[in-house]
Amino acid sequence: MNDGKLLEEIERYLNGEMNAEERKQFEAMSSSDAAIGQKIAEQKEFLKVLKQYSERLALEERLNAIHDEIDVHTLADELIVHPSGIVRLWRNHHSKISVAASIAIFVAMFAMFISGTFNNHDAKYMQLARKVGSIESQTNQLKQRVAQTTTKPGYHIVDKFRATGFAITADGLIATNYHVVGDNDSVYVQNAAGKLFKAKVVFVAPKTDIAILKIADTAFKGLAAIPYTFKRSESDLAENVYTYGYPQDSPVYGRGELTSSNGLNGDSTNYQISIPLNPGNSGGPLMDGRGNIIGIINAKETQLEGVHFAIKSSYLLSAIDSVSKEDNAKVLLNTKNSMVNLSTVQQLKKLKNYVFMVKVYDK
Amino acid sequence: MVNKETKSTVPTDSEVILGILNNSESVLKRLYVAYFPMVLQLIINNNGTPDDAKDIYQEAIIILYNKVKAGDFELSSKLKTFIYSICRRLWLKRLSQMSRYGGDIKDFHDYAPVDDELEKQSDMDVQFSKMNAALQLLGEPCKTIMEDFYIHNRSMQDICERFGYTNADNAKTQKYKCLQRLKKLFFHQK
Repeated sequence: MNDGKLLEEIERYLNGEMNAEERKQFEAMSSSDAAIGQKIAEQKEFLKVLKQYSERLALEERLNAIHDEIDVHTLADELIVHPSGIVRLWRNHHSKISVAASIAIFVAMFAMFISGTFNNHDAKYMQLARKVGSIESQTNQLKQRVAQTTTKPGYHIVDKFRATGFAITADGLIATNYHVVGDNDSVYVQNAAGKLFKAKVVFVAPKTDIAILKIADTAFKGLAAIPYTFKRSESDLAENVYTYGYPQDSPVYGRGELTSSNGLNGDSTNYQISIPLNPGNSGGPLMDGRGNIIGIINAKETQLEGVHFAIKSSYLLSAIDSVSKEDNAKVLLNTKNSMVNLSTVQQLKKLKNYVFMVKVYDK
Repeated sequence: MVNKETKSTVPTDSEVILGILNNSESVLKRLYVAYFPMVLQLIINNNGTPDDAKDIYQEAIIILYNKVKAGDFELSSKLKTFIYSICRRLWLKRLSQMSRYGGDIKDFHDYAPVDDELEKQSDMDVQFSKMNAALQLLGEPCKTIMEDFYIHNRSMQDICERFGYTNADNAKTQKYKCLQRLKKLFFHQK
């Protein structure tokens, strides 16, 4: 029996088209031959799938016919939830909006970069040289003019900056801030007795904001032995510190604590201190309680209260080393501390003779 | 007038089941018309088109139909909820296939978990597409003979006349050859 014939027989058998005798014969044959039994099962399964297939096609046809009668378009218009205008705007144009926003952000960043907004020294970091404002100078000029009408015309110099400096050596080396002197060469220092000496700038370190001056005035006869020493190592947090300087015409003492071993944005050249400071304190000595210079006052954070900065003394010492090398003359620092056991009051009495008001004039 | 009346009313759940079992055209129509707006609303408000809604809805109706015909449909929840849940699940699947699924879906109706139903259905879908592919590969005249005989239930005599066979025996032989080829194509597909 060939395959086609067998298939026909199977189909007749499954459809119940066989008479009783044929049926008996066919069943006997299929039970003796496993291959035929398998073929019957296969055919059964196949016809089932084929039937399902045809039923589904028919159903889909019926559903499509029903569907075609529905006015889907009108229905859809009724059923769509209209989002608010801004949402629709976003859905329809979000790629364009995104591109526009990125460009806007980029332009804004670029503009901020160009205008120096990212330069944080600008916004919140204020160096403490006391600027004697242009208004003050104009006032003075007006006063002079008034005076000129009655008295002999006189020459009056208006100073540009006032700040503080302190002696490094007895022969007149003075430390202050670079931002105080800048590129000006007309620098004078005034001692506690009010005597003014001409000084020249011998070294500047703009990065660490240190300047070293040398009193170059015939009237200057040298100082007594320096009573304090310079601390080489870093000081510890919570150390009691004080400064002494000229934020105004008479010297001011201020005390506080060392609050952080790093300055603004983690600047490791600075200490953070809690001494109240004002413009004019710049360049003043930062002292610990045992007569050691541990830093130079230089700036404050304008947006936060009580956040002030001082340059660590180790940077001052390396600046002094540079001076030694440039001048080929070793700068000898005082190593004998004569303030160590004194009270703060006694210390200040000694210190005041070594702290100067620094005055900078326009060229 | 009567016809219009039946069209516009939502059939009760048991009406639908009886109607499907009896192959009632009018019940199918009422069922279809009753719940299509709900599904359309779901799809078009979740990144879909009205055509997507048609596909999904018809798939859900076919699932319901097969379930009822197979006799394993138990109304554990409302029929409306069942249809909505199936459509919702199918649409989520479709959305993720098109990677348009944004992570949330706007719902308009209660829904119940229906993963089991879909698993059974996907087996049937596989067989359906296999059969479809086998028929496409079969070629003429076999395809038409098979469709006429097994799908449109035409008699051998009809087929014999349509294809111009000289006698019914020739047509029969041809039919079995075609059937054998179709079976081969169907079972040996990957």
